[in-house]
Amino acid sequence: MAYTITEKILLAHTDKKTIAPGDFIYAKIDLALGNDITAPIAIQEFEAIGVKKVFDRNKIALVPDHFTPAKDKKSAEQAKILQRFARKHKIVNYFEVGQMGVEHALLPEKGLVGPGDLVIGADSHTCTYGALGAFSTGIGSTDLAAAFITGCVWLKVPKSIKFIYHGRLRPWVGGKDLILHTIGDIGVDGALYMAMEFSGEVISALSMDDRFSMCNMAIEAGGKSGIIEPDDITFRYIKSVVRRSSFVVRKEIQRLKSDEGARYHKVVEYDAAKIEPQVSSPHLPSNAGPVSKFKNVKIDQALIGSCTNGRISDFRIAAKILKGKKVNSNVRLILIPATQRVYSQVIEEGLAEIFLKAGAVLSTPSCGPCLGGHLGILASGERAIATTNRNFRGRMGHPDSEVYLSSPAVAAASAIKGRIAHPEEI
Amino acid sequence: MRFKGKVWKFKDDVNTDEIIPARYLSTTDPSELGRHCMEDIDPDFSKKISKGDIIVAGRNFGCGSSREHAQIAIKGAGISCVIAESFARIFLRNAINMGLPILEVKDIGGIKEGDYLEVDLNSGSISDLTEQKEYKAKPLPKFIQEIIRSGGLLRWIKKTNGSVKLKAQSAKLKRKT
Repeated sequence: MAYTITEKILLAHTDKKTIAPGDFIYAKIDLALGNDITAPIAIQEFEAIGVKKVFDRNKIALVPDHFTPAKDKKSAEQAKILQRFARKHKIVNYFEVGQMGVEHALLPEKGLVGPGDLVIGADSHTCTYGALGAFSTGIGSTDLAAAFITGCVWLKVPKSIKFIYHGRLRPWVGGKDLILHTIGDIGVDGALYMAMEFSGEVISALSMDDRFSMCNMAIEAGGKSGIIEPDDITFRYIKSVVRRSSFVVRKEIQRLKSDEGARYHKVVEYDAAKIEPQVSSPHLPSNAGPVSKFKNVKIDQALIGSCTNGRISDFRIAAKILKGKKVNSNVRLILIPATQRVYSQVIEEGLAEIFLKAGAVLSTPSCGPCLGGHLGILASGERAIATTNRNFRGRMGHPDSEVYLSSPAVAAASAIKGRIAHPEEI
Repeated sequence: MRFKGKVWKFKDDVNTDEIIPARYLSTTDPSELGRHCMEDIDPDFSKKISKGDIIVAGRNFGCGSSREHAQIAIKGAGISCVIAESFARIFLRNAINMGLPILEVKDIGGIKEGDYLEVDLNSGSISDLTEQKEYKAKPLPKFIQEIIRSGGLLRWIKKTNGSVKLKAQSAKLKRKT
């Protein structure tokens, strides 16, 4: 039987002998994640049912990242529910403010996810870890409560779509541009209930940070998961983050690839050389087009951060563009490193100085304004360019504000110009 | 389960930020969340509807976040069930797990805002009493029906004694599906 990588991982987490798309399985999980928005509901449900112990205190991650450092009293109470639960059950992977980071940037960096793992998270962008060759998907708080109890999740085995990116990337084009272009092509429900498998020579050459950006946005096409076959780039990354000094890549993990003859719902191919830096206009991520189409659009704010583009390479690109330049006097540029480690790197590498001299704001890690929480909310009629993942109406503040999605390079160039700009213009 | 209520129609791709904006996520209180349901699409939505009313929407209803605040808000506002041409996957599983009745109907084009519907959740049949038309929802898979019949995921787990019976349970599922 020829399987896709997704089917192989799912099969390995059940007691079944075979598996096929459409099957309902009850699968064992390697890690269950919750945050300060979703975990409080799960914890209430867990406690209401009267269970005394979690299934495994090593396999739960709790990250207060959305409205933290607590933006108001109510948010502080939600975060407190996580903290209390984590202490009571001695949850190993609870990350307090100061060690905390945006969850989907934090967990890989802490070495908590690896190829072949099955990860669920009560956050839609849990699909990010597919970049490491894991099956990972967003679920709800009730699922999370159930996972706390049983260590299992019910899943319908998804069909897979294979995306193949040929050719070579143009300058200033990265993972974010590829995924915006793809969502623009297939639409916000183009991969509904399906696994999106990214492949081809472009993906093989892509850095881990770019791979994370791509898998992160699988949900924006309705996808259940995004996944990339693990390769040397993956293994090098994992060796660099895993604390176990004896880490060796197991044989079966090295062979964790889709079989020849595996069945796909469809195969979509792109010539990457034709893809310009992309921008998605309000109010859907699928409104994607080349940056040149949006050059007259003036902006009030630029945001670089989030679980999509808050990693160190994102800030390195931004710094390259902003070095010696000033942020336009009509624009607020907000930079939010996704984790404490990225934040330290931004300082150690001298990027912080470049940003501050340019007139940008550098914030502590948080999901912050991405979902309209805090640290840069838009007023009515205001327009932002953001490296985040969603530009739904009102997502970043007032219902009459607008969000354009882009890569960090385009966001940085736009902050200088005061309008949406191609990085080449700087 | 049967419901009767007035239709409130929505477009394709209604997202969770529209169902309940993130600015209200610092609470889980059903009546408070219900008051803000669909607020950014129609600020008066929660005031206009009556208990038992029905949301009818196009494709990809509930896309976006995994927040169960969306289901809590819809239930809190007094909506009895949601009918859509398709549901985003996390919204779908949350609705099943939390016991918010949902029905998938291929083409909702004939149902108009303000129509009165009668919905039979067990059979999946929908009668538009105003237009005198009948619709049939796509039947839910057996496994999902089993969760709904148990009254949601946690009750199903309690009934099946959680992980202890995991092996037996998944063997049972294999036979059924």
